Amino acid sequence: MNQTATNWRDWLLSDAPETRRQAKLGAIYQGWRIFSRNRLAMLGLVILILLLVTAAFAPWLSPQNPYAQNLANRLMPPSAEHWLGTDSLGRDILSRIIWGSRTTLFIVGTVALVAPVIGLFVGTVAGFAGGWVDNILMRLTDIFLAFPKLILAVAFVAALGPGIGNAVLALAITSWPPYARLARAETLTIRKADFIAAARLQGASRWRLLIGHIWPLCISSMIVRVALDMAGIILSAAGLGFLGLGAQPPLAEWGAMISDGRTYILDFWWVAAMPGLAIFIVSLAFNLLGDGLRDVLDPKRGSE
Amino acid sequence: MSDHLISVRNLRVSFPTRSGRFEAVRGVSFDLGRERLGVVGESGSGKSMTGRAILGLVRPPGQVTADRLELDGDNLLNLPERRMRRIRGGRISMVMQDPKFSLNPVMTVGRQIIEAWRQHNRASRAEARQKALEMLAAVQIRDPERVFDAYPHEVSGGMGQRIMIAMMLAPDPEVLIADEPTSALDVSVRTEVLHIMDRLVRDRGMGLIFISHDLNLVSQFCDRVLIMYAGRIVEELAARDLHRARHPYTQGLLNSLPRLDQRVERLAVLQRQDSWREAEILPPPPGGL
Amino acid sequence: MLHVGNLDVWFGLPPAQLVAVKGASFDVARGESFGLVGESGSGKSTILRAITGLIDTWSGDIRVAGEAVTGSRRDRTFHKRVQMVFQDPYASLHPRHSVDRVLSETLHLQGMTDIDSRITRLLEQVGLGRGFRFRYPHQLSGGQRQRVAIARALAAEPELLLLDEPTSALDVSVQAEILNLLADLRRERGLTYVMVSHDLAVVGHMCDRLAVMRGGELVEIMSADQLRAHQAQADYTSDLIGASIGYERA
Repeated sequence: MNQTATNWRDWLLSDAPETRRQAKLGAIYQGWRIFSRNRLAMLGLVILILLLVTAAFAPWLSPQNPYAQNLANRLMPPSAEHWLGTDSLGRDILSRIIWGSRTTLFIVGTVALVAPVIGLFVGTVAGFAGGWVDNILMRLTDIFLAFPKLILAVAFVAALGPGIGNAVLALAITSWPPYARLARAETLTIRKADFIAAARLQGASRWRLLIGHIWPLCISSMIVRVALDMAGIILSAAGLGFLGLGAQPPLAEWGAMISDGRTYILDFWWVAAMPGLAIFIVSLAFNLLGDGLRDVLDPKRGSE
Repeated sequence: MSDHLISVRNLRVSFPTRSGRFEAVRGVSFDLGRERLGVVGESGSGKSMTGRAILGLVRPPGQVTADRLELDGDNLLNLPERRMRRIRGGRISMVMQDPKFSLNPVMTVGRQIIEAWRQHNRASRAEARQKALEMLAAVQIRDPERVFDAYPHEVSGGMGQRIMIAMMLAPDPEVLIADEPTSALDVSVRTEVLHIMDRLVRDRGMGLIFISHDLNLVSQFCDRVLIMYAGRIVEELAARDLHRARHPYTQGLLNSLPRLDQRVERLAVLQRQDSWREAEILPPPPGGL
Repeated sequence: MLHVGNLDVWFGLPPAQLVAVKGASFDVARGESFGLVGESGSGKSTILRAITGLIDTWSGDIRVAGEAVTGSRRDRTFHKRVQMVFQDPYASLHPRHSVDRVLSETLHLQGMTDIDSRITRLLEQVGLGRGFRFRYPHQLSGGQRQRVAIARALAAEPELLLLDEPTSALDVSVQAEILNLLADLRRERGLTYVMVSHDLAVVGHMCDRLAVMRGGELVEIMSADQLRAHQAQADYTSDLIGASIGYERA
């Protein structure tokens, strides 16, 4: 048993892989080895996996119906029956947090998919094309960057109408500019590199250079940045929820839950504190993960 | 105490890696008198690391050990950083490969020389300025006043390297360690820089450790040559006896060079032997040194 | 094979314009190995970059196999005919592309079909076994990287190979291996070389004729035999040869 384990390891770490697949898997395993040495990053990963599991199995995990109101039991402190207490309508806070993880994941996941992709595209095209294309795209980016993100998002939602879909859209639209700046800066350092010149001499088209050669080098720093920004996105989403512009009642969403608990914060602290704690833990987990990913994906990691 | 400026016995430098500790320098011993000593080897042979270890410039997690590492009988090994700083630049100076990276880009050349000198000498501004101008003149800069007020980007590579030498020699060190001082320079400038270094070192009776990958250059410039391979010294030679080198590595290096004076059909390729890693150092041939 | 006539290359716009090459003219015959020698800033690499279209601010006449090229546009036949090996093997390979990816993309771009067998053959030709096929650049030494870069240049089966200081970043023992490899390849395939170097000995070893450059101008064109016999016309060339031979104690 142990024998096969070492064999696998040697196979993965081989300096002379024999197939494309072995080379790929080997590279991934190398990255995993570096990542897994970072204990805090592993902690972040575990928390996020738990979050995923929670969201996936919410109907089975939540002890009670998150929407069932029981006014007789409103604002109950944490007890054996309601582990995290109940809110102003007597709903079980634990169940609402569990169901709320779905909303949170939906918001974060969508924004994390949309914003960096827009940013990557705009930034690399601007950096690679240069000239007037660069000027137009970057001035556009500057315009978006000139407004505080949350204010801009609020303006968008106000215009589009409150709701979770529009909140996601607003957050995605307002959070791509930093990615565009980052991608452009990376592209500028890469585009003069000899390996780009070499590919050009093989007759590679501009799109091939952009997608096959420049994107792979930008994507790693984007992933790291996204992981580190996740916390901010969760907080922005919560902020919109808090202002009543995100998820609409009775849908469970952590930001909206804090907002509900605000009125009672002095006498019934758990109503606002429990969802706040959930936001805090998940944001922290994303930050830890981002730090770990940076160790793995940094192109300047060198041969070590 | 002794007539050796620097005395090194069993110097080892190691770094932790994923697969245990890697020894970049594995038991190097030599003495330096008032002479020009060349240290030659390929990249990864540990030649630069030897120079950095003497200057206490090996950063953690790198680890330096030695049975002896002395300057004029004073121990240099594992000195506290504050005392090492006084020695570095005061009694031992170093010239690096590329002046672009060793000069501060936002300070004028003159101010940098003055700073270097005043770290080790007490003097008034006027005196220091006078000294700096003298140093610039000593490295044969024709217009020291102009260069004094110039910023590093305004001077050429060869000029930059001469300024570095001026800066390093200002405090009158006993030993100069030059790590590939001319490999970033064009050949025509190289000769000039070497001349200057040669004259200054000789006039002041300094010891020079000249680290380079260029065997021919070192044999022409230095008095004695140490050839390093895989962190060890494999052969010691009087510079004029380079053609009598006996170690197959040294011979291989010499033969693999394309020649300017005659046509060679095929360059000899070095066949590395594992035994070279552990073999004892070859002493100079009889009649040498 | 290659004709360069009255070539000017400049960077930037006046008044900050820098003219990197002034009125350079030379011809390289088919099968010949031609050297461009000079110190840093002499414009020798710039000429190669103008030929390949990596720089478009040039004027003059560049013909490859009789066909004139303009600006920075180069067509398919050009890329098939002319390839280049860069100076720094650490910068000329994409850090995230395996050897396999580099070569198969190149072969694909050149319109080759039997990619698998060609990769195997290319790797053998540059002295790297099959074991290197799926390695990433960080798993290769400097010399091995340069061999991959040479394999990439050979993939198109070019007639003219431009070599931009192909060994200056390498140790001398590795330099010998690469120079031997290049000499073998030229003999086997009847390639034409234009080699840029600051090292007179390397150019003297590799080339039949060479041009000496200074400050963007061709100082003189001489044969390798003349170089070895120190028969230089220009004083600058003599100085350069003198300085290259070694350091004379004052």
